[in-house]
Amino acid sequence: MLVNQFLFLGAILFCIGVYGVLARRNGVLVLMSIELILNAVNINLIAFGAMWSASDAGPNLSGQVFALFVIAVAAAEVGVGLALVLLIYRNRQSIAVDDVDLLKG
Amino acid sequence: MLALLVAQNIAFYVIAAVMVVAAIRVVTATNLVHAALWLVMVLSGVAAQYILLAAEFVAITQVLVYVGAIVVLFLFGIMLTRAKTGRDEDLDNPLPAKIGAGAIGVLLFGVMAYSLWDAWRGDEFGDMVVQRTGQVSDAIFSTYLVPFEVISVLLLAALIGAIVLARRD
Repeated sequence: MLVNQFLFLGAILFCIGVYGVLARRNGVLVLMSIELILNAVNINLIAFGAMWSASDAGPNLSGQVFALFVIAVAAAEVGVGLALVLLIYRNRQSIAVDDVDLLKG
Repeated sequence: MLALLVAQNIAFYVIAAVMVVAAIRVVTATNLVHAALWLVMVLSGVAAQYILLAAEFVAITQVLVYVGAIVVLFLFGIMLTRAKTGRDEDLDNPLPAKIGAGAIGVLLFGVMAYSLWDAWRGDEFGDMVVQRTGQVSDAIFSTYLVPFEVISVLLLAALIGAIVLARRD
């Protein structure tokens, strides 16, 4: 298998996630798009980890450990993010992200 | 060996096609619950790709944490914000913003595709080495011990923060 297969898959997922963050106005859907982006990065980390392990340098687990850290941070991010969305909904009865413009003056 | 390689390639392309379609459906679906369920397909596909890359522990973690916990959290978020369960046309920004977003996405992909192809072209993986769970735990609890401890404190802080934000006073 080519390394580029996985890197291109990650790039496609990343760009779809970026599109989702920019095009969606519902807070929960923006968070879902962020998950797509994080998963794209994880595919890259695992692919590079596998590439390194298969090379002459010998086994190296850095890629997998980094991916596990990203998964843990993503879990924390979704928890806090959904709590924020819930709070916005409670105060404004809407989770459209462009309605949150109190600081705009 | 060649047969295995062909099988791996076929599996990769089938799963990758499913993932890309599902990811596009996540960002275009007009129904919030459907978007969450398409996200499950993408996340399961990512786990399958990890298996193809011989990273078994991360694949299992992906299924447990993402499909098992984060998607359920999303469904709770959808439920608690009393989203419409049917079609909802109000999920997207207006058309000019969507066109701009699409242009940015395509442009970004162009730049990334060019640089990836420029850097790695036809590089092969070589013989894939299965990295066992024991080796992963050895790496976490020796080289990466301090970041591991930091991340447990981070999770605790996020837990407390989420509770403080979401509770009703």
